[in-house]
Amino acid sequence: MRMKPQALLYPAPKGLYCEKGNFYIDPVQPVERALITHGHSDHARAGHGRVLATRETLDIMRIRYGDGFCDESNVARLGETIAINGVRVCFHPAGHVLGSAQISVEAGGTRIVVSGDYKRRPDATCMAFEPVACDVFITEATFGLPVFHHPDDKGEIARLLASLKQFPERAHVVGAYALGKAQRVIALLRQQGYDEPIHIHGALAKLCEYYQSQGIDLGELRPATLEREARQDFAGSIVLGPPSAFADRWARRFADPVAVFASGWMLIRQRAKQRGVELPLVISDHCDWAELTGTIRDIAPAEVWVTHGREEALVRWCELQGIPARPLHLVGYDDEGE
Amino acid sequence: MKAFAELLGRLVLTPQRNAKIRLLADYFRSAPDPSRGYALAAIAGTLSLNTVKPALIRDLLLERMDEVLFHYSYDYVGDLAETVSLAWEPREGVVPEDIPLGEVVERLQKAGRSEVRSLVRDMLDRLDTAGRFAFLKLVTGGLRIGVSARLAKQALADMGSKDIGEIETLWHGLSPPYLPLFLWLSGEAEMPLLTTPAVFHSVMLATPIGEGDLEGLDPAAFAAEWKWDGIRVQLANIGGVRRLYSRSGDEISGAFPEIIEAADIAGVIDGELLVGGTMRTNRATATFGDLQQRLNRKTVTRKLLEDYPAFIRGYDILFSGERDMRPEPFHARREALSILVDAASAQHFDLSPLVPFSTWEELDRLRSDPPDPVIEGIMLKRLDSPYLAGRMKGPWFKWKRAPFNIDAVLMYAQRGHGKRSSYYSDFTFGVWTESEGGTALVPVGKAYFGFTDAELEVLDRYVRDNTVERFGPVRAVRAEPDAGFVVEVAFEGLNRSTRHKSGVAMRFPRIARLRQDKLPREADRLETLQAMIGMKG
Repeated sequence: MRMKPQALLYPAPKGLYCEKGNFYIDPVQPVERALITHGHSDHARAGHGRVLATRETLDIMRIRYGDGFCDESNVARLGETIAINGVRVCFHPAGHVLGSAQISVEAGGTRIVVSGDYKRRPDATCMAFEPVACDVFITEATFGLPVFHHPDDKGEIARLLASLKQFPERAHVVGAYALGKAQRVIALLRQQGYDEPIHIHGALAKLCEYYQSQGIDLGELRPATLEREARQDFAGSIVLGPPSAFADRWARRFADPVAVFASGWMLIRQRAKQRGVELPLVISDHCDWAELTGTIRDIAPAEVWVTHGREEALVRWCELQGIPARPLHLVGYDDEGE
Repeated sequence: MKAFAELLGRLVLTPQRNAKIRLLADYFRSAPDPSRGYALAAIAGTLSLNTVKPALIRDLLLERMDEVLFHYSYDYVGDLAETVSLAWEPREGVVPEDIPLGEVVERLQKAGRSEVRSLVRDMLDRLDTAGRFAFLKLVTGGLRIGVSARLAKQALADMGSKDIGEIETLWHGLSPPYLPLFLWLSGEAEMPLLTTPAVFHSVMLATPIGEGDLEGLDPAAFAAEWKWDGIRVQLANIGGVRRLYSRSGDEISGAFPEIIEAADIAGVIDGELLVGGTMRTNRATATFGDLQQRLNRKTVTRKLLEDYPAFIRGYDILFSGERDMRPEPFHARREALSILVDAASAQHFDLSPLVPFSTWEELDRLRSDPPDPVIEGIMLKRLDSPYLAGRMKGPWFKWKRAPFNIDAVLMYAQRGHGKRSSYYSDFTFGVWTESEGGTALVPVGKAYFGFTDAELEVLDRYVRDNTVERFGPVRAVRAEPDAGFVVEVAFEGLNRSTRHKSGVAMRFPRIARLRQDKLPREADRLETLQAMIGMKG
């Protein structure tokens, strides 16, 4: 008899747990053995015993938390199956950020794929999502509402470049998450022929450097720091910083800044307004509604489990399609961070 | 539609006036006719369309969408037009088009009642997301983008390097899609000739008296009159066409039918719109608070007409009949005005009296203690000044009575916009009052200017170091009898308000001084403010 999926993998207080393999996936508290999908801090936390993740994810964790982020780290190669206590585990690209992976977990004839965070759009800074056939597909639902239709990212970058032309005397200060989004925005700007130096906040420096060391060309980056001798106000240039820096005194050095924010949330006007964003760029590292539902159709799993985000709407959609689905109600993931 | 949708999107999120003007002017320069003219009309509020009820667009969406999913979506987004524009799934095989705004408007104007539903559905299918949003805002009749007609006119002036006065003079004689206006602004045609002469002419404005302005000026060269606290208006009656305009050129005839009816004055006059009784009927002028009952209304009830009768207190004259009086000196214009006012209805017109004086010191004393509570200061007009559109320094000055001041305690702060987005620069302040739980602070106003940059640094630091609670973007700061921040707030007047918990609403409050020397317990009490209601600054 085939193993019941909910016996293979189930939500426990510390995260999604595989009892047979005795490991957790993206646990939110320190555990003995963790499998990590990608380097965002709500998924990849420090303090576990043994960590299995892609080489890039391990590098990113080391950059963020230091060498002692775990007791023992092991590299998972994409597409290579490993056995852990009789459970077959395999990592597949997820297209979310550099190093991001889905994790397939298989035992007793049942295969579950944990997508982690993923997207389907082309992204020059990471490998594309690969659909993996499975019995249960665990999908994220960050943008799991029918209102989310992310526009083409080239068009969004073109809006930023148009504004730069229209307001050449103002600094365009772009909020973007430090891992993934910032590098993608820079890469997109370069793809569209923008070759001026781009200024970056200190919090982005190490990760940008790491992306460049992995062969991702980000062009000339300069620190957005203020030299006492050479005061400059960054008029007419693009400055990237983490979103939190905007409320900081850091933001004061810029000439009459245009507040820009690159995030999937920027689709909702009120969101942009609340944050004081003047130029919202809808650029997301997650799937929009059409991609979430399209992926479920592509993979055609027997069952769908939905986690962090707007679970109820995606579960409802699955019901309407006759696909058994349920919300996982995992806690500890930042479903707003993007 | 794409360019118009992008323009709307940017305008909503752009706080600075100059940046808005640039966005508008760039759009007007690059968009084709007649789209730009309809865009202008939509923004300035002169576009008339068959509007569509929100229920219709909701129904259209539900034709294609599960109701449960719709509720999740609407609940999350909060705005129906936005929800529909985002969640709309176009018919299979339809590729979004950039339909010109002009075509959209013209199709809507031509459509019969029974065709509207299918027209809206078709438009939603063919437009892209941003286009759908702009379209839905247009057909539901509420752009709400924080752009006044005046700002749009300023953008037109910038586009064609013209004076805004010229645009305002033309404005009411033109209609959407404003083809002759744009031809003129882009230098392809002469200034359009108007067929309706009862148009608005830009008003002459005064500059405030600054430090040292009066030294070197001869009191004998000026006339003084009271500055009345109503709204500045222009009344035109030319060739039987009667119009009443606000000082920004918005037509408000509909809200003041009694004035229009009594306007037997041939020409164009400038004056203050007030309520209450004229001096000629020996009845008191009512306060600005009373006048507010009549403002921002499209129509007016009989009761309002009886309780708050409106009249015009004449200041100046631009045309006497057909004759252009604007080049004449002030004293000659006043003479002509007084003859017209004398002949007009005593209930609806009087003449703003001159204030005799011989020295600036004497005038200063009169200014600080005016004879009527509805006076907010003194106007000084050069006797030889012609009537010039706009605000220039020299011919006319305004000398306001000193504003009210109170000491209040900082209660909440919010971050500013643009240049100030990293500063806590919007402040809510309160005064002490007795409540059930003892003495407590009650908010009485909000101010975001008045302080210097250096003072802002101090306020910002206080807010960051003394936050006790956060509500979204708002921070509550420490405000106790012995620990808190006292600010001196200046304001122009005080009205009763049912909308504010304190029951009072300040006019033009600003932070005049930081009072770090004071403890919050020394700040003012609500009773002090209540006693000020109706008093004038």
